[in-house]
Amino acid sequence: MRSLMRRPSPVAAPRDPAPSRLGYRFQRLMLTPGFRGAVRIGVPILLIAAIAGSWYIQPENRAQFVETIADTKQTFQQRPQFMIQAMNVTGADASAMTDVVALLPDVFPVSSFDLDLEVMRANIEALDQIKSASVRVGQAGALEVRLTPRVPVAIWRDAGTLRLIDADGVLSGQIAARADRLELPLIAGDGAESNIAEALELFDAAGPLIGRVRGLVRMGERRWDMVLDRDQRIFLPSSGAVGALDRVIALNAAQDMLSRDVAVVDMRNANRPTLRMNQEAAAALRRGNTTTDINEVGN
Amino acid sequence: MGDLYDSQRAMRQMRKAAMQRGVVAILDVGTSKIACLVLRFDGPEKFRSVDGVGSLAGQSQFRVIGAATTRSRGVRFGEIDAMQETERAIRTAVQAAQKMANVRVDHVIACLSGARPRSYGLDGSLDVAGGMVSEQDISQVMASCDVPDYGADREVLHAQPVNFALDHRSGLGDPRGQIGNTLTTDMHMLTVDATAIQNLFYCIKRCDLELAGLASSAYVSGMSSLVEDEQELGAACVDLGGGSTGISVFMKKHMIYADSVRMGGEHVTSDISMGLQIPAATAERIKTFYGGVVATGMDDREMIEIGGDTGDWEHDRRTVSRAELIGIMRPRVEEILEEVRARLDAAGFEHLPGQQIVLTGGGSQIPGLDGLASKILGQQVRLGRPLRVQGLPQAAIGPAFSSAVGLTLFAANPQDEWWDFEIPADRYPARSLKRAVKWFKDNW
Repeated sequence: MRSLMRRPSPVAAPRDPAPSRLGYRFQRLMLTPGFRGAVRIGVPILLIAAIAGSWYIQPENRAQFVETIADTKQTFQQRPQFMIQAMNVTGADASAMTDVVALLPDVFPVSSFDLDLEVMRANIEALDQIKSASVRVGQAGALEVRLTPRVPVAIWRDAGTLRLIDADGVLSGQIAARADRLELPLIAGDGAESNIAEALELFDAAGPLIGRVRGLVRMGERRWDMVLDRDQRIFLPSSGAVGALDRVIALNAAQDMLSRDVAVVDMRNANRPTLRMNQEAAAALRRGNTTTDINEVGN
Repeated sequence: MGDLYDSQRAMRQMRKAAMQRGVVAILDVGTSKIACLVLRFDGPEKFRSVDGVGSLAGQSQFRVIGAATTRSRGVRFGEIDAMQETERAIRTAVQAAQKMANVRVDHVIACLSGARPRSYGLDGSLDVAGGMVSEQDISQVMASCDVPDYGADREVLHAQPVNFALDHRSGLGDPRGQIGNTLTTDMHMLTVDATAIQNLFYCIKRCDLELAGLASSAYVSGMSSLVEDEQELGAACVDLGGGSTGISVFMKKHMIYADSVRMGGEHVTSDISMGLQIPAATAERIKTFYGGVVATGMDDREMIEIGGDTGDWEHDRRTVSRAELIGIMRPRVEEILEEVRARLDAAGFEHLPGQQIVLTGGGSQIPGLDGLASKILGQQVRLGRPLRVQGLPQAAIGPAFSSAVGLTLFAANPQDEWWDFEIPADRYPARSLKRAVKWFKDNW
């Protein structure tokens, strides 16, 4: 017979509040600071890395990724703010300008990201005519190139070619004929280019002789010869050349020495300046010795 | 004794490590509940130099950050009876406390209430020959105490030097540096059943925790519920627990006697359950709601439904008067208190200057208990609640938590035990490096 009373269904064992051993250990693990930090930071990073990696591993995705980056870069670099519209080169003469412009980009507008100003500047400064240059992107997207040209102070004749040389002894160009730059003094000889300063001093000291000076020749890489017209030479000592030249000028002023038939004024030994005369002059002198007093000439 | 001496030393090291970590758990394994508190130590006080114990009885340096209680399982008479069950209960409590604290604890300080504690008073003396008493002398005088044969299956739980005397001067707290001829000491040693400790040790180990200290619950509840002058002048703390009633006698701030009566609140419950033919859970509920020990005329008229779910109307509608309930509870409570009286008499409690008896523990919440206790134990009986510690939740400030709270104090400021002192020099292994280092230290 069934009971009329509703009996509670047989319940299982009462709920055990105790955590399982595994659960307990897991909770303790999660409360460990280091592990917790690793889970909180490491797991998301790993997850993101895994997702990104699995996407990137597909070739088409990779290509698209690279393309997107290139596109974005391009778009950014081509913004009007970064475009260079014009070029403005200042501070040099026409021939130098032509050389410089050949080194600069020729298609405008161009993005300033595509230009390497440092390299451009180095290239420009590598030119003979240019001493220094500043290259910058200036107002209104203009590429401003400011040049400081090398100022030639002398012409150096070297085996038939005429080179311009500046005060630092740097060659700054070549000219076809001496007549192109008559205002510049001429120097020659081995080692002349490294003693420009002394040469210029000598030219300055030439004073009244300057109209007759053809040039300076470096002799034996240690001293100068001043060459005048009519093939006259002044041998200058390796030290105190300017003083020696002054003495020659003084002699010249007193006795009009250089307008005579003198081939060489040898000032190498300061104690014993020597004159070498041309052959005919010497012969004439020898002839004249019989009639005239030799002391007149010696003085 | 060497084995336990070493393991107690190891536990002290563990406690030090826990202090370094700053987090330690307190585990009170009782018969009716298991309480777990998680303490955070913030280090010594920051704003003023600490001289002695420090403010708030040294409690300002820690804070309770997690607390959990669970019904105890597998524990009888304060001893672990079913290991698996107890382990699960400990896991429950520890997990909940950890969750509340949101920190992982690795070190636990536990107390146990049963395990048949037995007290011994030891004394030793040492001839210091007119020299200054050094740390080494203290360890040697303690080593010279003749230890009674307490049985192979027992372990020393506490061994505290209670008193030092130098020649005729007694009552010295710290004789170091004083000059005299004969140094004597009194020690109180508490031994318990080794198996109970081993079981507890094993349970805690199974929960992946390290035991950093072990205390008798009678001792720690005395520490938390006796006020300072009671501890100083002499008082007994009676911790009415679930399965056992712990007794500890304090004098001069040292425990001088501890014992436990293997009866407690669960016996009252089982009496009600048997007397009224009701399940233990209902009996427990009735006891906590309506229980008492002093019946009045009003109680005859207050009827309590005791219920049942047999389907028999007559059986399920039974009622008892509160007087009847009291009539069941009172004899058992009297029996417990008389047993406590007997133990206190045996310990010579009447010779102490203070005769204060403090009732604490969950059983002390029975209404009217203080009146009954004063008839049996003497006039100076009061109900004790544990001290307030920082961060303790409202649910855990009752007298049932006096041993848990006492254990927090024990964790923060343990009293010096034998194993806290230096090892006597002759106990070092003969060729130990430590011994060599010590020789150098002493001679230079």
